[in-house]
Amino acid sequence: MARIVRWYGSGPLHLLVLVASFALTGYAMVSLFAVRPWEVAIWFVGAAILHDLILLPLYSLADLSALSVLRHRAADGPRVPWINHLRVPAFLSGLLLLVWFPLVFRLAVPYPGDTALSDSVYLGRWLAITGVLFAASAVVFAVRLRRLRRAGRGDKSRPAAGHGAAP
Amino acid sequence: MFGLVLLIGIPMLFITGLLSYASYNPELSPLNDETPDKGVLGFYLFAWPTHPYWLYRLLQGVHVTLGVVLVPVLLAKLWSVIPKLFEWLPVRSIAHGLERLSLLMLVGGVIFEFVTGIFNIQLYYVFPGSFYRLHFYGAWVFIAAFVVHVCLKIGRMARALRSRSLGDELRTDLAHTVPEPPDPDGLVAASPASPTMTRRGAVGMVGAGSLLLFVVTAGQSIGGRLRATALLAPHNRDPGSGPNSFQVNKTAAKVGITPALVGPTWRLEVHGHGVPRVFTRDQLLAMPQHAAALPIACVEGWSTEDQQWSGLRLADLAALAGVPDAASVLVQSIQPPGPFTRVVLRGNQIHDPRALLALRVNGAHLSLDHGYPARIIVPANPGVNNTKWVHRLTFRA
Repeated sequence: MARIVRWYGSGPLHLLVLVASFALTGYAMVSLFAVRPWEVAIWFVGAAILHDLILLPLYSLADLSALSVLRHRAADGPRVPWINHLRVPAFLSGLLLLVWFPLVFRLAVPYPGDTALSDSVYLGRWLAITGVLFAASAVVFAVRLRRLRRAGRGDKSRPAAGHGAAP
Repeated sequence: MFGLVLLIGIPMLFITGLLSYASYNPELSPLNDETPDKGVLGFYLFAWPTHPYWLYRLLQGVHVTLGVVLVPVLLAKLWSVIPKLFEWLPVRSIAHGLERLSLLMLVGGVIFEFVTGIFNIQLYYVFPGSFYRLHFYGAWVFIAAFVVHVCLKIGRMARALRSRSLGDELRTDLAHTVPEPPDPDGLVAASPASPTMTRRGAVGMVGAGSLLLFVVTAGQSIGGRLRATALLAPHNRDPGSGPNSFQVNKTAAKVGITPALVGPTWRLEVHGHGVPRVFTRDQLLAMPQHAAALPIACVEGWSTEDQQWSGLRLADLAALAGVPDAASVLVQSIQPPGPFTRVVLRGNQIHDPRALLALRVNGAHLSLDHGYPARIIVPANPGVNNTKWVHRLTFRA
């Protein structure tokens, strides 16, 4: 037993579960790759790569850039946690686009002919929703800013806890 | 937290998917079978019922809407394990190496399934090959890795959830948000930046993403007034107006049905025992008509409300063909050869009194796009198996 653990790196149950899983994986993969195997493989592995090496670095970079570029601008006024007022609408709008981009950018060629519906409405709708999300976020931000300024006038010695604008 | 949601959501997606696959009755005939090399993966198949009549509508609406709504949860889950996504080498042991391989199946598989599904409901057919093959076999590859992942990590998830109280977390503001303690998996950053969002904020943002996707999607399945709220869903408006103005999967023009094909020369052939019977549309209309209120529900997740169909009962047509206790019927469309132009229906579907060869809908003749001169409508049947522009029925005992 101890030898198995040393040689394998974990208990025999771990090995059993994984082998059983790979048996099913292999069985399904024979059929999955039966037609156009290379393209399917590229899609399967590409799906993980696209997320890990493109989508994830892109949104992380966008978030870090927003943080570093905009933090200086906000330095003068009262400290209000502002980053999430940008993050939340950007995330929600980006999410809608991520899911529905084939319709938004009219990439689904068979759509109008198949369904007797036009795909010209989606771009405008997505932009409108995006506009509403950012506007709503801006309104909430403005209200918080106003409240904070009022509170600041009342009690100068107690600045509100800020994070996005922290030095 | 995101793991827990997926632990419930993913099996729901898998089971509704398997049921949807069974609803095509793939083992009844090679014509119904999009995946003839499924082997033991079809072990669970059963005769698809006709009760309740809204079964397929609910099932597929849940499958597609849930899949869309889980996208932000999936992204958040992947975000929370960023270090693991980039951990390739060194492989510490055989066990560790196998686990890494299984994780590639897990991450590749889940994104593959979500992407093929989400592209298919928008008719964005860029994936390599038949959607049915890719989504079905891909699901099995993914679920094999998913079960392993659950087995290996469920203890850790339970410990993590027990380690803090949800109520306390929801009351914690940013000033009191502290990093996770170091963990054995190395998921916690060694020197985390100061927090910019509370845990309740992160969960709330993901939840808001799911809610927003639900609002702009679910209406295409729920129908009625809510259809218009599905702002970004593919079937969120009715084409045209009038009794035939409900959703169309494929128009007549799209599949090559011309008015000439379904004009006065159109005949319905009914084969069974003995000499085939041939009917004009007027003759069919002169026979006893029956009514049924049934929806059209598509594998793509959209559906219509119940429509008022009328026409001939399939059971009556079976009797007319000399096979009153028919075990199956081959339905052939007049449309040029292509996918889903022929389908085999099972005995229980023929003998349900609501299963019709419909000639009229909502008090009007069928429109060309909805299958004029005659179409199949069977309760709980997937939309593509409710064949349109029918010209031959072959009943078999």
